[in-house]
Amino acid sequence: MAIEIKAPTYPESVQEGSLATWHKQVGDSVNRDELIVDIETDKVVLEVVAPASGTISEILKAEGDTVVSNEVIARIEEGAVATAPAAATAEPEAAEPTASGGLINPAAKKLAEERGIDISLLAGTGKGGRITKEDVVNYTPPAAAPAVSAPAATPTASAVSEAELETGDRVERRVPMTRMRSRIAERLLEVTQTTASLTTFNEVDMTALMDLRKQYKEEFTKMHNGTRLGFMGFFVKAAVEALKRYPSVNATIDGSDIVYHGYQDVGVAVSTDRGLVVPVLRNAENMSIANIENGIYDYAMKARDGKLSIDEMTGGTFTITNGGVYGSLISTPIINPPQSAILGMHKIQERPMAVNGQVVVRPMMYLALSYDHRLIDGKGAVQFLVTIKELLEDPAKILLEI
Amino acid sequence: MSEKYDVIVIGSGPAGYVAAIRAAQLGLKTACIEKWKNDKGAGVNGGTCLNVGCIPSKALLDSSYKYHEAKEDLAVHGISSKGVEIDIPAMLDRKNKIINQLTGGIAGLFKANGVTALYGTGKLLAGKQVELTDNEGAVSVLDAENVILASGSLPIAIPVAAVDNDLILDSTGALEIGEVPKRLGVIGAGVIGLELGSVWNRLGSDVVLLEAMEDFLAIMDKGIAKESKKIFTKQGLDIRLGARVTGTEIKGKEVEVTYATADGSEQKVTFDKLIVCVGRRAFTDGLLAEDSGVQLDERGTVFVNEQCATNVAGVYAIGDLVRGPMLAHKGSEEGVMVAERIAGHKAQMNYDIVPNVIYTHPEVASVGLTEEQVKAAGDAYNVGTFPFAASGRAMAANETSGMVKIIAHADTDRILGCHIVGPSAADLVQQVAIAMEFGSSAEDLGMMVFGHPTLSETVHEAALAVNGNAIHIANRKRR
Repeated sequence: MAIEIKAPTYPESVQEGSLATWHKQVGDSVNRDELIVDIETDKVVLEVVAPASGTISEILKAEGDTVVSNEVIARIEEGAVATAPAAATAEPEAAEPTASGGLINPAAKKLAEERGIDISLLAGTGKGGRITKEDVVNYTPPAAAPAVSAPAATPTASAVSEAELETGDRVERRVPMTRMRSRIAERLLEVTQTTASLTTFNEVDMTALMDLRKQYKEEFTKMHNGTRLGFMGFFVKAAVEALKRYPSVNATIDGSDIVYHGYQDVGVAVSTDRGLVVPVLRNAENMSIANIENGIYDYAMKARDGKLSIDEMTGGTFTITNGGVYGSLISTPIINPPQSAILGMHKIQERPMAVNGQVVVRPMMYLALSYDHRLIDGKGAVQFLVTIKELLEDPAKILLEI
Repeated sequence: MSEKYDVIVIGSGPAGYVAAIRAAQLGLKTACIEKWKNDKGAGVNGGTCLNVGCIPSKALLDSSYKYHEAKEDLAVHGISSKGVEIDIPAMLDRKNKIINQLTGGIAGLFKANGVTALYGTGKLLAGKQVELTDNEGAVSVLDAENVILASGSLPIAIPVAAVDNDLILDSTGALEIGEVPKRLGVIGAGVIGLELGSVWNRLGSDVVLLEAMEDFLAIMDKGIAKESKKIFTKQGLDIRLGARVTGTEIKGKEVEVTYATADGSEQKVTFDKLIVCVGRRAFTDGLLAEDSGVQLDERGTVFVNEQCATNVAGVYAIGDLVRGPMLAHKGSEEGVMVAERIAGHKAQMNYDIVPNVIYTHPEVASVGLTEEQVKAAGDAYNVGTFPFAASGRAMAANETSGMVKIIAHADTDRILGCHIVGPSAADLVQQVAIAMEFGSSAEDLGMMVFGHPTLSETVHEAALAVNGNAIHIANRKRR
């Protein structure tokens, strides 16, 4: 029975995509959930997997063709999967040449097949580049969700990439980039080349916020069904307020136009095993602190389980990232295109500060705002950040919108 | 006048002679200096290993084992053996013949490869020069582009039991005992003590081993050490742990040994012969001139990096002279690595996969990490064991003591170590060592086809047992 393979439903703002790479050809057998083709949109690369096991019977779109949302691009003849040609069961051959040029140990091959991992994506750490079972165990494929370019992304490589170079004189090891890594590299390069990115810094005295949180967190959790009161709720609130006052920070350059968004969709960077992902809080300007905290918590859980959908990760008019969890004191975050700015939060560290002529120890945090200078002028960026600082240092101002 | 060589090797034991042969094969002008003399005063190659170590001890172990087997183990096969006797001088004679054959063989290999064999004492001077004092006393100075120090090791002497080569012997003397001592004491129940103790135990001695440490074979995997101790004790070796020798007294033709036990009490025991084998130390006496520049570390071994280079450019050190297990094959591979490096190759050695064998019967062998080491590193692991008692081949051979133990990483299944006590343990461990070199997982070994009926199958089953898939033994329930 023939099954249609369709392009996925594109997110709202995406009109069309182009067919980037076919990973299978007519006649190839595929397992269910095996990767078949990449479709590139200007926001994300969408990976299309086989809906069922079978053989590719027809390919309707060639690489480079335009593909619209839900368009049929190929057909699969459903049925038992023929074992891949070289691995015929009659051949007890333990070694099979792979794209990495090396061989593959028997148990590694078995496991890769069981997990539907494309052997050519693995880099072998065994003798002579052999792929070991360990390599397969440690391999995490790029998630079905698109490879989102994110500030300071740290995707897992298909095998040990940095760790194991033998000690010795000037030994080198060559490992092909995974798709996710290539994509991220591309997008980060694009951002640095197409924006005039600068970063401005400021610092915020977290005392008032920390006291506020300490005082109310029990009551908050009780009142809001177990939702915990963190700092992100306040950060997002402050950001939204500041974005309202400095609309260019919330805007996008589109060709020769500037698009001012009348809503604030704030992306919050979340760290997972696979790397950094940025799910978006839609209409954050309408969300209460409890909603924001809940929303972030839900996203974090989904991200951890690899269940974030494309829609949840695209769009966004502004992003907040927190390097403080890793211990970063100060940094220059990279803008998340096509946005125009990104706010970096950092580690809260006690420092001696001069307050009213006295030296006191305060819990301080550096703030960084990277912004696209083509759109946002220096004064605007600085004042935006000062606003955030003032709102966080005196949370009542958030409530009173002053 | 000095003669210039590309490489001068000082010492022709397994480390030195292999280095010299490899260097010559790679086209380097090589000389190898050896100071060992046989009892006729002629220079002989081979060092400790060939002359008073690995080879002679294995020869005696095999001879004594055959004697023991002929006397005790044939009845079960339906073979009656009466009047089986051992002629010690003949046994020693065979050993000596083997030694001569092998040492002569090295001289032959030197010739075949163009290594200049020099006999006498070598001493490293400053500036990569080597002072040679030959066996007639003549002194000359040789120039070298590279020097490889391979002077090996000596048995450690302890003041409380000074070797007199009559009643108190070191391992060298223990290979020459002319008649079976009725009561044999062995200080040190390590590899050498167990092997030498086994030899004379089989030939009829009552053997007592006095080991100062509380644990038997402390550096081996505990599970295997425990199993081994049971086996050796059953064979009649009296192994006393926590026994620290505090003094010895010669009383006529006997030697009385005093030792302190763990609880502090003092014991005395009398022997007809006493062997001291408490370890070996790097032999650097007279090797380095004061201004040679080569540094020793705090234990008296020559300090080297991962490629066996000393702190002096162009001077290397290998074998028992440097860090690492004092094993002939480790020295040999270091010799190859250094020779190749000198010739410009990027040779490396894998110190993590060096097999280690005790040639008792049954043999004890290991490669990789012990279970204790894996635990200490904090890694989750799985263990698979298989007893020889469950092996058809072992039963047929009447060799059912012991077991195979394989340790693998819990998540990646990579084989981390293998420890065996049993028949042909050395050869079986080598199979796993080869697999480990290729990054094998326990499952890989489990997936391979092993001949039946072989002893090797025990390795197969132990590998399967790691993941609970052994066929010929009930698998332990996963916790």
